[in-house]
Formats: sequence, C-alpha cells, structure tokens
Amino acid sequence: MRPTTWAGLAFAAPLIAYLGVFYAYPLWTNVSMSLHRFTRATFVTGKAPFVGLDIYHEVIGSPQFWPTVRQTAVFVVVSLVFQYAIGLALAEFFRRAFPLSTVLRGLFLVPWLLPIIVSATTWQWMMDADSGIINRFLGVFGIDPVWWLNADHSLMSVTIANIWLGIPFNLVVLYSGLQNIPGELYEAAALDGAGPWKQFWTITFPLLKPVTAITLLLGFVYTLKVVDIVWIMTMGTGSSQTLATWAYSMAFGKGTSAIIKYSEASVVGTILLLVALLMGFVYLFVQRRQED
Amino acid sequence: MAALSEPNRPRRTWWKTTIGVVLTALMLFPVYWMVNVSLTARGSIRDGDLYPKDFTLDHYRVVLHDQLPYLGTSLLVGIGTVVVTLLISAPAAFALSKLFVPGRRTLNFLLIVAQMVPAVVMALGFYTIYTNLGILDTVPGLILADSTIAVPFGVMLFAAFMAGIPRELMQAAQIDGASQWRTFRSVVLPVSRNAAVTVALFAFLWAWSDFLFASTLNRGGGKLRPITMGIYDYIGSQNQEWGPMMATAVMASIPAAILLVVAQKYVAAGVTAGAVKD
Repeated sequence: MRPTTWAGLAFAAPLIAYLGVFYAYPLWTNVSMSLHRFTRATFVTGKAPFVGLDIYHEVIGSPQFWPTVRQTAVFVVVSLVFQYAIGLALAEFFRRAFPLSTVLRGLFLVPWLLPIIVSATTWQWMMDADSGIINRFLGVFGIDPVWWLNADHSLMSVTIANIWLGIPFNLVVLYSGLQNIPGELYEAAALDGAGPWKQFWTITFPLLKPVTAITLLLGFVYTLKVVDIVWIMTMGTGSSQTLATWAYSMAFGKGTSAIIKYSEASVVGTILLLVALLMGFVYLFVQRRQED
Repeated sequence: MAALSEPNRPRRTWWKTTIGVVLTALMLFPVYWMVNVSLTARGSIRDGDLYPKDFTLDHYRVVLHDQLPYLGTSLLVGIGTVVVTLLISAPAAFALSKLFVPGRRTLNFLLIVAQMVPAVVMALGFYTIYTNLGILDTVPGLILADSTIAVPFGVMLFAAFMAGIPRELMQAAQIDGASQWRTFRSVVLPVSRNAAVTVALFAFLWAWSDFLFASTLNRGGGKLRPITMGIYDYIGSQNQEWGPMMATAVMASIPAAILLVVAQKYVAAGVTAGAVKD
C-alpha cells in the first residue's frame, strides 16, 4: 500500500468505527429484534426466541397495516405535491431581486429552522376546535368549525402543517436551481415571442428536472420518517397514523399502542429501513445521471 | 446570474415587495401566533385576540423559573453534539476528498443511506443497546445519539468543500516536509473554516430540536432533559397550559432566530449542500 493509503485509512478510521458502532449496530439490533419475539419480559432477560419471519406475517396481516400504509402514502404524496408547487412558485417569485427580497427570502426559512415540536404545538393550538384561530377565521365566512384534530380530519391537519414545514426547503433548493439556468435562454425565447407561461414550461421546468428529482427524493425520505409533527399534534391517532408514528407508538407504548410491542415496532422499522436503502440507490442513480 | 444584473425597474419591483411582504406575513403567521399567545394573560387566551390585548409577561416568569435547567441541558447537548460531529467528520472528509481510501465509493453511498435512515429505527436500536449498557437517561448517551443526525451530513459537506482546495496549497506544505496530519491541521482545517461553521450550526440546531431521541433515550432524565421535553411535559399534562407552553416554545426558538440573523448565508449553504451541484 502507498503511504497515502495508510494516511487515508487513518483519517477515515474514526468515521468507519463510528458508522459501525452508532449506525450498523443499532440497525442490526433493530433487524434482529424483528426476527425474535421480544416482549416486556424477554426484553429484560434478553432470551427472546427466534421466530423467523413470523412477526412480519403478523404485522402485515394485521388490520392496521394496510390502512396505515395508505395514510402514509396520502401524507407523503399530498405533502410533496403542495410543498413542491408552492416552493417552486415562490422560487420563481424571488428569482429576480427586488427591494427587500433577500430579507424576505431569509424569513421564509424560519419554519424550517424552528424545532418541529414548537411548530407542531403552535399548529395544534391554531387548529383547536373551540378557540383556534383557524376556525375563528373560517367563522367570519360563515363556515362551521372544523374538528381538525379528530380521527377523521387528523390526516388532513397534519398534512397541512407538514406542507408548511417543507416549503422553506423546497424554496431554497429550487431557488438555487433557478439561479443556475442561464438568462440568455429566456432572452432568446422572448425574441421568439414566447410569453412567461410558455417560457416556464419550455425552459424552466425541463432544465430544473435534476434539481426537482433530488428535492422530491429528499422530501419523500423526510416525510416518510418524520414522527414529531404528527405525534405532537395528534399522537398518531385516527387517520393520522403513519408507519413511522405507528412504529414509535408500539416501541415505546404510547398513543395508539398502549402495550409495548418491540418486535412489531422493529418490523415496521425494518420496512422503513428497506425503503430508505432503496431510496439511497435511487439517489445514486439520479446523481450519476446528472453527472453524465 | 444574468437575470440578476438586469437594471431594476422600480415601479414593478415595489409591487413585488408588497406582495412579498404579504406572503412572508402569511407564512410566518403561526410564529406570530405563538408569540401572541405567550404574551396574553391566562384568562384571555381563549378569546383569540389578534394582538396581546391582555398583555402579560407572567408566562415567561413561569418558564424562567421552571425551564432553565432544561435550556441548560439543551445547550450542553447541542455543544456536545457539535464537538463529536466535528471530530469525526472533518478528518474523514479530508481522507475521502484528498487521500486514497479503499472502498471510497461504498463509504459515500453508506453516508447517503445513513441520512435516510428513520430516526425511529435508530431510536429503537439505541434504546435496546443503552438499556443493556445502562446508559439510558444520560446526557452523553443522548449526545452520541443526536450526533448520528449530523455526522453523515458533516462528512459530505466537508468533503465537498475540501475537494475544492487546490492541490498546490497542500503540496507546498508537503515539500516543507509536513506530515499529512500537519497538512490537515495547518493547511486544510484553517481553509475549511466556513464549512466547519455550517456543519457546527446544523449539528447544534438538530440536537437542540431533537424530540425523538430525547423522548425515548432520555425520558427518565429528570432535570437533565432537553427543552423539547420541557415543552412535551406541558403537552402531556392534564389541563394544558397554553401560555407557559407557548412561552417555552418561544424560548426554544431563540437559537433558530440567532442563526437566521447572524448566519443566514451558512444556513442557505447547508440546505442546498448535496441537493444542488454548482
């Protein structure tokens, strides 16, 4: 080996050890727990029997599984569509500098920087059925109070809050994507008589595709795994239960799952983990294509 | 960039400023509402006044009395996470961007996947391991868990930055007979200061904002729990006290506010890192 190889290994060694101890080991523990039947008792003694894929069958066969998958899908897809559309509209709005534009664009980052628990608590209060400002506002137009946080509406409510959380990320990334599109293209199109709407669809949108792909991918991963925004607002009750909050409630015995179910939780966790791995490959693929 | 250098047409752009202010106000309304409630006296909170008509600072007095230990813990956890993150990620990034590491591509891929792993999965694994090791409900345990949110990001951000350091700069040091370690310490690190600031800011903010690890690995930590758990205590209590809750939420938002004011350019750099290639 060359000396720089030794040096390289030496400098990377802490990271490799770190990934082993603080990523591989907890993840392995998680997978292993999904293959052994852990209960409160066997968790303490550490002598849970190996049961293969039994718990996977039980979880996937449980009446909660498919509704939760469906709710998760709605939560993720609706969040992404609105975050992206609003983020892109705002990015286009901020594209050309105007007085105060930098300051205002900076302020748009606030929801992204706040601890999620802070935002979730605020949304919870704003969506309070009796005293929440949203119902008061709707009341001005004669609309009856909405029970935002009850079982039927909770999915819609947490999705609204989550869209709000995701707008800053989409805005910032898409804004910097727009800055990389050469202005001459628009000048040429304008000379050809293309209006702003046509310019957007023939220049901006196609050229933004790589950035769009990465933005949506990262948004997908984030939305799939987020727990806090849902948990604080509704504890994952009713229609707002997603795979991530379900795993959380089963693992730590709160909310919709009063009993601790370590193994069932790690089954759901492992499913989420596989999706994450898959998304990693997709990310790599998209990035490779960008480089070509 | 060509679009930016065009001469501004004042009449049109002031219109845009007006719309921009309205949009920003709409976006930040929840933040305003949080502050509004935190300044409204207990009896009037349910009235939903648009400004704190029944003004009081009582909630903040309560919070300063109850929550200071939690704020202190959050500060400690945040700083600890920053230290761990920088110690692991800066040298690794140097290796990945400037030295030869066998399996570099695999390592890069693992770092991408690591950022996608759901925290709830990590929490479950950590919970089991920490129980066995007996370090559940400890501050170092929480710091190590929180650092997993930031380390992969840190390595990738540092590596992207260090890849741009000219070889000549490092070679000059090596001709002088400097070891790799000295090159790293006296050339690469000082040049990478901006990247280090960005990584540190995000590591701190994520650790400060963490709810998931705090609520699972540090549930029984008593006063040695972070501020997010301070808020959660209010949520979990039987009759919810919205005033103190919102006042705590405002206090918990202070680091984000400071970051935005003093370090906006670093924040924007961090958000776009990895997502957009220049």
